[in-house]
Amino acid sequence: MVATEYYVALSAVLFVLGGVGVLTRRSAIMLFLSVELMLNAANLAMVAYARAWSAGGARIALDGQAAVFIVLAVAAAEVAVGLGILVAIFRNRVSTNVDELSEVRA
Amino acid sequence: MTDMVAWASLAPLIALVGALVNAFFGKNLKEPAPGIVGSVAVGAGFVLSLLAFIGVAGGGEAVRVGFGEFLRAGDFTVSLGFHLDQLSVLMMMIITGVGFLIHVYAIGYMHGDDGYSRFFAQLNLFVASMLVLVMADSFVLMFVGWEGVGVCSMLLIGFWYKDLANAGAGRKAFIVNRIGDFGFLLAMFLTFKVFGTLDIATVTAMAPTMLYGSAALTGIGLLYLLAATGKSAQLPLHVWLPDAMAGPTPVSALIHAATMVTAGVYLIARTSAVYAVAPGALATVAWIGVLTALVAAIAAVGQTDIKRILAYSTISQVGFMVAAVGAGAYWAGIFHVLTHAFFKALLFLGAGSVIHALGGEQDIRKMGGLGKRMKVTGTTALIATLAIAGVPFLSGFFSKDAIVVATFTSGVLADVGGGVLFWLLMITAGITAFYMFRWYYLIFGGEERLDRGVAERVHESPAVMTAPLVVLAIGSVLIGYVGLPAFLTDNRVQAWLARATAAGEFSHPSVATEWLLVLGSAAVALVGLGLGYWVYVTSKGALAKRAGDTVLAGASRGAFGFDPLYKALFTDTGSGAAEAVSLLDKEVVDRGLVSLAGLVPLLGGVVRRWQSGHIRAYAFAMFVGAAGLALVAALLGVLK
Repeated sequence: MVATEYYVALSAVLFVLGGVGVLTRRSAIMLFLSVELMLNAANLAMVAYARAWSAGGARIALDGQAAVFIVLAVAAAEVAVGLGILVAIFRNRVSTNVDELSEVRA
Repeated sequence: MTDMVAWASLAPLIALVGALVNAFFGKNLKEPAPGIVGSVAVGAGFVLSLLAFIGVAGGGEAVRVGFGEFLRAGDFTVSLGFHLDQLSVLMMMIITGVGFLIHVYAIGYMHGDDGYSRFFAQLNLFVASMLVLVMADSFVLMFVGWEGVGVCSMLLIGFWYKDLANAGAGRKAFIVNRIGDFGFLLAMFLTFKVFGTLDIATVTAMAPTMLYGSAALTGIGLLYLLAATGKSAQLPLHVWLPDAMAGPTPVSALIHAATMVTAGVYLIARTSAVYAVAPGALATVAWIGVLTALVAAIAAVGQTDIKRILAYSTISQVGFMVAAVGAGAYWAGIFHVLTHAFFKALLFLGAGSVIHALGGEQDIRKMGGLGKRMKVTGTTALIATLAIAGVPFLSGFFSKDAIVVATFTSGVLADVGGGVLFWLLMITAGITAFYMFRWYYLIFGGEERLDRGVAERVHESPAVMTAPLVVLAIGSVLIGYVGLPAFLTDNRVQAWLARATAAGEFSHPSVATEWLLVLGSAAVALVGLGLGYWVYVTSKGALAKRAGDTVLAGASRGAFGFDPLYKALFTDTGSGAAEAVSLLDKEVVDRGLVSLAGLVPLLGGVVRRWQSGHIRAYAFAMFVGAAGLALVAALLGVLK
């Protein structure tokens, strides 16, 4: 069995990659992808821990797995709304460059 | 008998109904109708008072009419009811009788006024309040009437409120009266503390059992005196009455001469049982009365306004009444209330008739010779002048003589300057005769000094105005005979009121001394009139001009400077304090809040720079924030 540490390390790498993507990419689509990457990094960590807690004993820890389902549902809803907004913006401006979308400021 | 008296309880109600009818429907009634409604309401009250008078005369016992409870707090209750005895019934007769004549007169006087129905509504409301004041069986109900007449007085003084000066005069009267009312309230509190009740009859019954001359009783007496000085325009609260002449003349006659200003005298007579065991308070009453009489009489000499002279005269005459009750001669005070109601109402109505004829002129220097043009007004005014001056065989002579004699023989005043008071009153009586001669002669006698254009319009007033003058003139002559000096014959007023007031202590001088006092009192009146004749007729006013530069004459014209003094002492201090507070509000509170509010946009100016609108900047801030929180949590050991 692969040790939990590897999963967690992979999760951390994915999370950082996603974070760097959010901070550096200008395209809104890429931003979305990066956010999804971060969410799934977290998901990976959660299922890894869930498995670690259940291993060996008679007890089966489902908390982490249940949390993953919630995250997936939220991510799906977020993408649906986010992409809707994105399409609307694109129709108006023919661009999804987030640096150009800075009208909402003081 | 009792039933007949009890019916008199309806008198205030009828007056109140008259007031309500005029207040709500008066605008729809054609001109004389509101006046007739008002007059009938007061006339009906007079008939009921007359019945009560006969009833009380027969039975002699006071009749109490109860309507239940006024208020209850714990085991303390105040009943709501009327106490009808000789004193209150006599006052009711004066209020409704003289009041009726004045209402009738006002039908003519207020002719064509925009506020015709409003006038009669307020006048009727006044009569209702005044009746409640004199009929009340508890101090609380009396206070209701006391405040009611105060409000009506203010409303009627400021009746022509579109002139700000009139409204100001009304306000002044109300505020000065409030000081007296404050005394009334404190007196009630103290009465409750000492006697445990506010029922007048109970207090009267308990008073003789109290500790003679104790501080608490003296305090009650002095506080009721403060109340009386406000309502009755005595020193030092007399300043409102001369200004009260801003009201229509029937108001001056009814409220500021015949009835309301005598409420203080009535109050002291009503609480005479308390004063009987508080000699210190009683002596103070006498001194206040005499000093007021003297000061106001001197002030009356220097005035030039036809009504202001009468106003100071009223203050002076009420001073006589207060002096009488202060001497313990409660009957003499009320007797003077009775005679004064006739001749002073007559003087005011006569003055009103003159003002009416001259189209609003009130300066007596621009009058003169009107006796020939206005026969009824002139003749009746002459009778009233002689009556108030104290000429023998007219009403004023008998009541004034009774008062002067009372100060001379009073046991209460014997040790506190009774003799001085006697001489001061004699001098005041002489001054009274002098200024009343001046008043009469400058208006009705001598040559005409009318403004051009006025002379042709002068006319005698209509019958609806002169008829009350004639009735009052007859009263001014005859009413004094109910109270002939006691050493000659039975004094009916004294006997009548003896059942309702406490008995004062008096020494009984020999008959020769009594005659000397009577003759002296007559002589003083004649000397005063003779002096007036000499100054204004023989010397044709040259003497008056020469005396006009003296210090006393200046003091008289300025009425001893009470108004400027009070203005500097109270009005200016008050407005100064108000301005200081206003400055504090504007400069500290307002300015402080405004500058505090100015900080917010300043702070906002700094914070708004962070809201750049760049999503990636926000995201970066989020990451940094989350990392920071994680770092802190790790350092604190929250995450294990």
